[in-house]
Amino acid sequence: MQTSLTINGETRQLDLDPRTSLLDALRHHLGLTGSKKGCDHGQCGACTVLINGRRVNACLSLLCMHEGDEVVPIEGLGQPGALSPMQQAFVEKDGYQCGYCTPGQICSATAMLEEIAQGWPSHVTADLEARPELTTEEISERMSGNLCRCSAYPNIVDAIRKAAGETA
Amino acid sequence: MRPFDYHRATAPDDAARAAASGGTFIAGGTNLVDLMKLEVMAPERLVDITRLDMRGIEETGDGGLRIGALVSNTDLANDARVRRDWPVLSRALLSGATQQLRNKATTGGNLLQRTRCLYFYDRAMPCNKREPGSGCGAMEGFNRILAVLGTSDHCIATHPSDMAVAMMALGAEVEIARAGGNTERLPLDDLYLLPGDTPERETVLAPGDLITAVILPAPVAGRQSYRKVRDRASYAFALVSVAAVVAVEDGKVARADLAFGGLAPKPWRDKDVEAALLGQPPSEALFDKAADILLAKAQGHGANDFKIPLARRVLSAVLTELTEGAAA
Repeated sequence: MQTSLTINGETRQLDLDPRTSLLDALRHHLGLTGSKKGCDHGQCGACTVLINGRRVNACLSLLCMHEGDEVVPIEGLGQPGALSPMQQAFVEKDGYQCGYCTPGQICSATAMLEEIAQGWPSHVTADLEARPELTTEEISERMSGNLCRCSAYPNIVDAIRKAAGETA
Repeated sequence: MRPFDYHRATAPDDAARAAASGGTFIAGGTNLVDLMKLEVMAPERLVDITRLDMRGIEETGDGGLRIGALVSNTDLANDARVRRDWPVLSRALLSGATQQLRNKATTGGNLLQRTRCLYFYDRAMPCNKREPGSGCGAMEGFNRILAVLGTSDHCIATHPSDMAVAMMALGAEVEIARAGGNTERLPLDDLYLLPGDTPERETVLAPGDLITAVILPAPVAGRQSYRKVRDRASYAFALVSVAAVVAVEDGKVARADLAFGGLAPKPWRDKDVEAALLGQPPSEALFDKAADILLAKAQGHGANDFKIPLARRVLSAVLTELTEGAAA
């Protein structure tokens, strides 16, 4: 099954079994091992990547369904020596322990700041029509799709606040 | 995962043809891909409908909304009109899943998602829904999350959607392109079947029938709320949820459109409950009477017994919230 899509700005052609998830395509066939397989069932968020600018679970995405899509996994956000502001903030605020969930956390958090900038409400937003604020409660709710079994959550929240330009 | 053929549908009739003979539609895939990994579902052919033109949210002539079946849960929750005029729907959507899943999950797929009953998911266990005639492991097993209304001796699964509960309270209709070529509109309530002795049949859809849109009637006067009680504060299915649109006029309940999640095999609406509230002055005793009617036939199975008193309290809390301080 031929699939052509854009990964980190580059057009890639893959000829794989239709059962192949986007996550396995990235990790096993394109050598992009930043995205992690945690649960493989959409529960942990370690596989979070951006597809057409939105965060999704790559483990629940079939590669063959993403013909023509633009995929940005963690490698596309920044590289050693040229970290994205969110990556830099995770380093400075020590937003991890073992690091396994970190690429998913960073992809997710990067999209989340954009969602808040666009005024998307969340479950904890008091007024559906007001601009949401970047409170700890909002960050926790909006990041609930990314588990950290080391429980580095307080520092993850600090890192997100820092990347958002607030003093944590 | 079992091997399957993949077909990317280019038009609705092409999708219907491909699905009528052993095909299964896929859009967001957040539930189906998971079930395929576990081999709980093993479609011979996947018919990818994501390229069909069903992503619009349009105003209908009578002030309602026509929501395309491929509108993502995110885009529906964020729609300015929904946030303003049908906030119970935004609230229900935002209370479900995670942002990653809502970005992928679609309106049609959300309606058709399968139960999260542990026995349905575990192929080592009996399940009449997954394997008709094999028995129900949940009846005397771990049934904390399962149903107390509308069940049968064969199945006590719950429908997991939050969105559908709000749509049920709002009186939504489902637009279906039948495999034969006709387009029909059904009240959402009529889409779903109760388990009876065929729990494997969950909806009235035949192979190849495609949900193309959900239609919301024009907004009505009243306050709206979606209250969801669950085991953790985020990313958990409802133990009990209530979607409500309630109005009070001249000190009496003038509208009480209610639907319940977490209690039954389908989003649950009981017109007798609503009738008991209409025309009466709101009071704790009245809300209790409404709960009596709702729960008259409720049956627990041990670990889920708590849902019966919990549903009573959640209903009462929502009705109190929506009638308090209302114009007398």
